[in-house]
Amino acid sequence: MEATVVETGTEGKAWGGGNQPLRASYGKMMMWFFIVSDALTFSGFLASYGFSRFKFVDAWPIADEVFTHFPFLHGVDAPMYYVAFMTFILIFSSVTMVLAVDAGHKMQQKKVILYMFLTIIGGAIFVGSQAWEWKTFIKGDFGAVETKGGKILQFLDADGERVALRDFAIELPKTREIHEESNGLWFQKDGTQTTYNFEEVKAGFMADKSVLIRTQLKDEHGHHIVLSREASEAKLLNDGKLVVEGANLKHNEYGTPLFADFFFFITGFHGFHVFSGVLINCIIFFNVVIGTYERRGSYEMVEKVGLYWHFVDLVWVFVFTFFYLV
Amino acid sequence: MAHEHKLEIFRGLVKFKSNITKIWGIFFFLSVITIIEVAFGIIKPAFLVDNSFLAMKWINWLFIILTLVKAYYITWDFMHMRDEKKAMRRAVVWTAIFLICYLVLILLIEGDYIFEVYKDGFVKFDF
Repeated sequence: MEATVVETGTEGKAWGGGNQPLRASYGKMMMWFFIVSDALTFSGFLASYGFSRFKFVDAWPIADEVFTHFPFLHGVDAPMYYVAFMTFILIFSSVTMVLAVDAGHKMQQKKVILYMFLTIIGGAIFVGSQAWEWKTFIKGDFGAVETKGGKILQFLDADGERVALRDFAIELPKTREIHEESNGLWFQKDGTQTTYNFEEVKAGFMADKSVLIRTQLKDEHGHHIVLSREASEAKLLNDGKLVVEGANLKHNEYGTPLFADFFFFITGFHGFHVFSGVLINCIIFFNVVIGTYERRGSYEMVEKVGLYWHFVDLVWVFVFTFFYLV
Repeated sequence: MAHEHKLEIFRGLVKFKSNITKIWGIFFFLSVITIIEVAFGIIKPAFLVDNSFLAMKWINWLFIILTLVKAYYITWDFMHMRDEKKAMRRAVVWTAIFLICYLVLILLIEGDYIFEVYKDGFVKFDF
């Protein structure tokens, strides 16, 4: 093989690959270019969220009224506090990560171990918080009725406060037969049952004259329009179709199903990034512990995984703004 | 490169003594911005919500600008973009910013157009 090697005499010069115009190592540069492409993926998601939101701009759910829960504080209206908490967790784990990188530059193995450990803990808390957020969102709160056109009708009491279906629906004798393999088509499953069916909600609504309906549509101040009692009755009787509790990919008690779809997709994709970031952090953490980088004489791997971890934080900053604030 | 850090932020207004104090300084700054965002998000002052500038509410301008400020300091100081060569910085940042602006512009205009069609079209949509 030696015969094929051509000595050009330019080794170490610009033409021989001897200069590094960007002065970054191969691995670090590739991490940066991966981050650029991943940023474009996320901006594609967020831009399509913006597209759908602009498409239904007069009927989009208000995030403050959707995410109002805080763990262990039941019934307390706490809009956004929990997401703000999650944001702080992620920013703080970014700080410990960058401290680990700094300690790595100074070849302080013990400090890198400590800071990497704290970063992993922060990431785990964040993923757990997101799971809780999903659970709360899926379970739902007040329940709503979906119309034949797929619009959501929510219920308010006389004071204009949200009222849950369980507070006014009347239980009717059950006449429904359960669909089983023996009495129906074997390849069809019995559908998901809500706590109250539409007839029970309708009966309760007609009995309690103080309950009003709030529609998905918003007025010029951005508040959902509340119908008068007559209009509410007409709306429910003519257009009402089924009861919705919580949210999934097809139905969403908070408003248009697209909101839930994008919520699951974007926060899910971000949560998956955090999860894989925690895994990669763990690998690097154990490598630091067994002294791999100490022997290598460079902690650049910590720096590379740090870039990825900060990127995850960066994406969350945007998700936070466009999902919860704007 | 990686071992020397530029310790000045705000165009030299603040200069930190060491990289570690700079990290904590940036953390403090990011926390303050987040607290401001959350406070405005909860209070929603009427004069920011009811008035708009270039088809966007003032409060949304505020949120988006603060977000970009946060993104800048995360990238520049946590990801050490400040210490990279100019060519590296531009290859990464300008590419992303150009493509993202283009995509967002196109999709938002299209979304607004479809909204107008639904609103003024002849098909009954709310039932």
